[in-house]
Amino acid sequence: MAGITSYGAYIPIYRINRMTIYQALGWLNPASLLPGEKSVANYDEDSITMAVASAIDCLNGVEREAIDGLFFATTTTPYKERQNAGIIATALDLRPEIRTSDFTTSIKAGTGALISAYDAVTSGSAKNVIVCASDCRLGKPGGFQEEIYGDGAAAFLLGNNGVIASVEGTYSVSYDFVDNWRAAEDKYNRTWEDRWIRDEGYGKFISEAISGLLREYNLTPGDFAKVVYPCLYVRAHAGIGKKLGFEPAQIQDHMFTAIGHTGTASTLMILVAALEDAKPGDKILVASYGNGSDALFLQVTDEIEKARERRGIKGHLASKKDLGSYEKYTTFREILDIDTGGRGEEVASTQLSTLWRERKMILGLCGSKCRRCGTPQYPPQEICANPKCGAIHEMDSYRFSDKKGRLFTYTGDVLAFSPSPPAVYGMVDFEGGGRWLFDLNDCELESLEVGMPVEMSFRRKYHDVSRGIHAYFWKATPIRA
Amino acid sequence: MAEGIKDRVAIVGMGCTKFGERWDMSAQSLIVEAFIEAIEDAGIEKKDIDAAWSGTCYEEVSLGKSAIPLAVTLKLPFIPATRVENFCATGSEALRGACYAVAAGAYDICLAVGVEKLKDTGYGGLPQNDTQQGTTLRFAFPNFTPPGAFAMMGTRYFAQYGLSPQEGKRALAHISVKSHHNGTMNPKAHLRREITIDEVMNAPIIAWPLGLFDCCGVSDGAAAAIVTSPEIAKKLRPDPVYVKSLQVAASSGEEIMCTEWDYAHVESTIRASQRAYREAGITSPRDEISMMEVHDCFSITELTIYEDLGISPRGRAKEDIEAGFFDLDGTIPCQPDGGLKCFGHPIGASGLRMMYEMYKQLQGKAGPRQIKDPKFGLTHNMGGIPPLNVVSVSIVGH
Repeated sequence: MAGITSYGAYIPIYRINRMTIYQALGWLNPASLLPGEKSVANYDEDSITMAVASAIDCLNGVEREAIDGLFFATTTTPYKERQNAGIIATALDLRPEIRTSDFTTSIKAGTGALISAYDAVTSGSAKNVIVCASDCRLGKPGGFQEEIYGDGAAAFLLGNNGVIASVEGTYSVSYDFVDNWRAAEDKYNRTWEDRWIRDEGYGKFISEAISGLLREYNLTPGDFAKVVYPCLYVRAHAGIGKKLGFEPAQIQDHMFTAIGHTGTASTLMILVAALEDAKPGDKILVASYGNGSDALFLQVTDEIEKARERRGIKGHLASKKDLGSYEKYTTFREILDIDTGGRGEEVASTQLSTLWRERKMILGLCGSKCRRCGTPQYPPQEICANPKCGAIHEMDSYRFSDKKGRLFTYTGDVLAFSPSPPAVYGMVDFEGGGRWLFDLNDCELESLEVGMPVEMSFRRKYHDVSRGIHAYFWKATPIRA
Repeated sequence: MAEGIKDRVAIVGMGCTKFGERWDMSAQSLIVEAFIEAIEDAGIEKKDIDAAWSGTCYEEVSLGKSAIPLAVTLKLPFIPATRVENFCATGSEALRGACYAVAAGAYDICLAVGVEKLKDTGYGGLPQNDTQQGTTLRFAFPNFTPPGAFAMMGTRYFAQYGLSPQEGKRALAHISVKSHHNGTMNPKAHLRREITIDEVMNAPIIAWPLGLFDCCGVSDGAAAAIVTSPEIAKKLRPDPVYVKSLQVAASSGEEIMCTEWDYAHVESTIRASQRAYREAGITSPRDEISMMEVHDCFSITELTIYEDLGISPRGRAKEDIEAGFFDLDGTIPCQPDGGLKCFGHPIGASGLRMMYEMYKQLQGKAGPRQIKDPKFGLTHNMGGIPPLNVVSVSIVGH
């Protein structure tokens, strides 16, 4: 039996109320006001960092050596050439003898990756494949899309052992239906008329995939505890399920008013929410959307109870801060070209050969642990840093990214350039030993205290636009409730 | 067993430019200004110099790498010339090179020059440079500035010794008010005005908990020293200043990697000063040191230096500060020339500038800020940040 063996999710801590956006630019398009709020990635977050965060949630308690594949689905790859899945795999400290792929250019790519991972574990060519889906799309300032798109990620582990929800069947339809598009040179999405998208796109493809699956496996809507699918239009979302014969209670919430439409991650995030409430024996029907639709039929097992320790959707939904300002949102997304000052313009070239050599240290946050005295240390050392030891070449690799820490000291620096000043950083002492200086984020200076617990979060360290470099490293954040 | 260099080297000439925003002066012009004062003070000619050391930290602005710019600027006639760099302790390193060469008997007369032209970056503070900690650490270091790196010592010190931010900042304010007072009496100082405790406390924050007046001046300037053997020194002038000790200590990495270090002191200062006292034959620094110029890049740095030098008891520098122990009329005046705070901090020149003040004080030539009958002067020059640094401690006297 193959299927989902673990799940995880990530929603950035910031939300922006759609009224905040409307207050800034509603005068351009008075009819554009939509209800609720949407999730906003911090200035140092993107599809890659959110994918890593969801994968960490998913891999809670999972031995990373056991993973032999990573598929990443997104339409917002920070790199068009340089495999984004490879960055994620290195950040997760997965071993190199694995297969990695990017699934992209359609928001249906999340379910595409999920089905491919399922096929891989079913065929036996891989034992445990992790699928991460995330998106961080941009709508042009003042348009509907800007209010619609939210940021987030979901991750699933697929395998044959400890299956919490088996995949019992799939059904796909694929069409070159150009409702949303973004050419290679575009920063923002473009769309065709929304009534057409609603009726001829969402209204037809999700129904076609679900009906096809029900027919193929001889099922009826009444067989399912939950049905999961996205829709841009709140009222139309309910209508699609109703028309197919589902009761309102069977339809999993779309989260559109809480976080917005998270693109490739959207369907999978809704699925995580469904699994959080699922009971052994439940059947779940999933259908994605985007240039057609993929439908999956899942059967929840007794093992589901073992996968509850996740921040998941519920944890992340509950933990939020209001960004409060449209100008801050556009600064974070590099829409507003702010004056960084001379200091902010100083970016040295990035030595990619150094990054390659030290990839475990930089992207994987791996240090070393002395075999002789047991002292963990970062960065990895050849000679033990413990003055009472000093052993030479007796080190094992030691991963810090999954260790909690305590904030030993900190500051909020107004002189250092930051898109969200002050630049907050401090010294972190890790549980079990080892310490280092880290940038901190997702927190206000006033909320910090010496000794408070922190955890590590993979973030974009800088974006060197002139050289096409998104550089990544780890930051510390207060432990998210 | 090495004996050290106590009384084996004498300083016979020193020069120091006015520090500040010297918009009309290049690094080369500053070097010439300091050099001319030094050789005139020593009463020698250029041809008497056997070897030279050039101290400059930020090669990205002004001078560039190597000692060639020094040699070319001064038209030194093909003598040995070496550039040294140890972050903000660079100036002391230039002096150490010159002194050790004389002590070794390799040369008779050596020149040490330190210079920095900081005001050509186009923005305030020190030059931003992503790769200052190396190309590997560049990927892994926070986006920090020096004020932030030292501010973390304030956060930690306050927490460790139970000071509220207000109590802690008030003690730090005393340090800056004292240095500003001394700076008013120094015509070469960058910042020359009195400030009040309230001004310091209410100044804009640069890096919490440090405000504007907790930070030293960022300045252009140069300083130079001529050193020689005691025998030659006695022929050149009646009042040479003798080097009692020049010691340096660099971080071992345990501060930033192991969890023992408390970020409320600088370990290298303790190590360097203990070696310096031993070399100079000083057993009770609180009773024997007459005056100090220490590395007050930030007020919190100066506070912890008092303790790390063994002058104030651990955790109790605040009591000495508030009692006026380090004021110009106190027991051990600290920063009589205004310090980095007010004289200013042209990185490569600062170690030599500290020595310039000790030299003038020991010769009784410090004008209105003259300290009465000083016996031993101490300079403390620190490069880097509290978890990763190099510290130089020098002691000079009659």
